[in-house]
Amino acid sequence: MAGVTLNTVRKTYQGGVEAVKGVSFAVPDGAFCVLVGPSGCGKSTLLRMVAGLERITSGEIAIGDRIVNEIEPAERDIAMVFQNYALYPHMSVYDNIAYGLKNRKTPKDEIDRRVREAAKILAIEPLLDRKPRQLSGGQRQRVAMGRAIVRKPQVFLFDEPLSNLDAKLRVQMRVEIKKLQKAFGITAIYVTHDQVEAMTMSDILVVMNGGEVEQIGTPSEIYRHPATRFVATFIGSPPMNLIPGEMMADGHVRAGEAQFRLPPHPFAPGRAVEVGLRPEDIVLGQSENAFPLKVDFLEELGATQLVYGRLNGAQLIAQVPSGSVAEAGGTLSFGIAAERLHIFDPATGRRAV
Amino acid sequence: MDKRTAFNNRWLPLLLLLPQLVITLVFFYWPASQAVWSSFRIEDAFGTTTEFVGLENYQVLFQTPAYYQAMLTTLIFSSAVAFLSLSIALLLAVMADRELRGGGVYRTLLIWPYAVAPAIAGVLWYFMFQPSLGMVARGLRGMGYDWNPLLNGNQALLLVIGAATWKQISYNFLFFLAGLQSIPKSLIESAAIDGARPARRFWTIIFPLLSPTAFFLLVVNVVYVFFDTFGIIDAVTGGGPSKATTTLVYKVFADGRLGGDLGGSAAQSVILMVIVIALTAVQFRYVERRVNY
Repeated sequence: MAGVTLNTVRKTYQGGVEAVKGVSFAVPDGAFCVLVGPSGCGKSTLLRMVAGLERITSGEIAIGDRIVNEIEPAERDIAMVFQNYALYPHMSVYDNIAYGLKNRKTPKDEIDRRVREAAKILAIEPLLDRKPRQLSGGQRQRVAMGRAIVRKPQVFLFDEPLSNLDAKLRVQMRVEIKKLQKAFGITAIYVTHDQVEAMTMSDILVVMNGGEVEQIGTPSEIYRHPATRFVATFIGSPPMNLIPGEMMADGHVRAGEAQFRLPPHPFAPGRAVEVGLRPEDIVLGQSENAFPLKVDFLEELGATQLVYGRLNGAQLIAQVPSGSVAEAGGTLSFGIAAERLHIFDPATGRRAV
Repeated sequence: MDKRTAFNNRWLPLLLLLPQLVITLVFFYWPASQAVWSSFRIEDAFGTTTEFVGLENYQVLFQTPAYYQAMLTTLIFSSAVAFLSLSIALLLAVMADRELRGGGVYRTLLIWPYAVAPAIAGVLWYFMFQPSLGMVARGLRGMGYDWNPLLNGNQALLLVIGAATWKQISYNFLFFLAGLQSIPKSLIESAAIDGARPARRFWTIIFPLLSPTAFFLLVVNVVYVFFDTFGIIDAVTGGGPSKATTTLVYKVFADGRLGGDLGGSAAQSVILMVIVIALTAVQFRYVERRVNY
C-alpha cells in the first residue's frame, strides 16, 4: 500500500506544447483522488505519467517512498483501467485477467485461485470462457476491473473508465468502483470530465484547467469554496451564476437592481467584483439580499424547476422546488443568504470572499 | 433497407453487365477452357494436326520424374520465399512502426521495390550476382567462396529465392505495417502495465492480433511464388542450371513454348489452375471470416 506524490511535474511535448505545467499534490495511502477538468486540461497526460506511459519532462512522481520517474510501468506495481477497456481481443476473459499474473511468473494454482476470486467479486464467473467481443459494455468494464484488482497493486489508475457506458450503467458502476476501492484500501487516481463522478467518488478532488491545478480539496470544500471562477462554474449543475457588481461605500455590492450585503471584507468602495450565486442557493421570496427578477423562461425538471432571468445584464438561473413558479413573464422577488455568496476578482478570476 | 434497384427495362441490367461479362469471358474463361481442351489433345511434330487423347497427357506427366522434380523445386522455392519475405517484412514493419524521425521517408523507401517489374528485378539480381561481372559475386569470390550459380544448382536456387523474396518484402511490409497500426495503442500499454516486456508483448499480444494479416499474406505470397516469379526466374537463371530452378510455372513455359509440347504444357497449367482455385477458396473461407479471434 502506498500513496502517490507529485512534485512540480511538467510535460512538454516535442514542438513545445506544454500539457502539464508544474503540478504538485499528494494522494494519501488508500485515498480516492479524482482529476477533473475539461478536455485537453492535461489530466489524462498526468495520469499516464503516473502510469509510466509518458515520460516526465521535469519534476518528480513518487509511489510510496520510491521515485518512479525512470521506472518502467511494469515495475511500478500499478493497474490501469482504460477508457476503451483495452481487453486483449484474442484471449478469453480468464486469460485477460490472468495475463498480468502469468507475466509475473505466479504459480498456476495461485493464478487460478485469484482469477476466480476476482471473478466472483465482480460477478463475472459465468463469463470466464468468453472472448471480449461476446461481452456487453458493462461486462467488459467488469473484466477490465477484474484485471486491475487481481494483481492487488499499490495504485489503481482509471482513465475515464465509465464514459463509454450508458447513463444507468454508469451510475451503477460508479458505486461499484468506489466500493471495491474502499474494500481493498488501494490508493486510486481517477480521471474524468464528468463532474458528477468527480463529486461522488472522490476523497480528494483535483480540478485542472489548461495544464494547471485550479484547486485541490474535498468535494464539499470545492463546492462550497471554489478558489477560482473556473472551478465555480465547472463544478455544480446548473453552473454558478456570475453577476458583475460594484463595491459600495457602505460595504454592500450593487449589481443592477440587487444590493448584496456581504460578510466582513477588505474591499475598497468603487471596486468592480463578480458575485457568484449557486442556482440552488437562490430562494423564492426570501427577504435577505432580496432582488426582483423578471422570469424569461422556465424549465421543469420534475423535483425542481429552473427559473431563467437577467440580473445586471448577465443571465441568472435559480433552482426552486417544482411548482414554485407557475408561468414565465411575471416579476418575482428572490433572495439569498449572505454566507452563500461568492465574490470573485474579475481581473484575476480568483476568489475574494 | 432494401438495396435492390428496380429496372423497368429488362435489357438494361444485362447491357450494364455486358462489359464485365465480355472481359471475363474473353480474357479468362476462353483461354482457360482452351487450356483444358488442349490438355486432352496431342499435336503432331509439325503443328499441323491435333488428336484427342483423353487423359494421356496427364498420365505421361505423372510418370515423368522431371515433373516431380519441378514440384519439389517449387515446394522449396515457395516455402523459402514465403517464410523469408514474411518474416523479414514483419521485422521491418515492427521497426518502422515506432515513432521515428523521418519515419515517413523510411516507409516510402521500403515500398519502392514493389514498383520494380519482376523481369527488371531479375536482371538487377542477375547482374549483381553474375559470376564474372557481378559486384556481389566478385565480393563473394574475393572472400574465397566458390560462387557460380551458372553451374551450381543450389546457388542458382538461392539466387532466385533472394530475388523473389526481395521483390515481395515491400508488399508484405505494407500489410504488416497497416496491421500493426490498427492495433489499439492502449492494448500495448495495458500489456506493458501488466508486466510484459517488449518481446513478450510481441509474441502474446501483437503477433496473435496480426495473425489474420499474416495468414492472408501467406496465401497471397504462395500464389505470388507459384505464378508471378516467372519473370525473375527467366531473367536470372532461365530455369537452369540443369533445371535446378525450374518451378511448375516455368516448366509450363519451358515445355510448351520451348519444347513444343502444347498438350503436356496445357495439362500442367490445368493442374496449376486447380491449385490456385484451391488456395483462393481457402483464403475466402478463412481470411474473410477472420476466424482467428
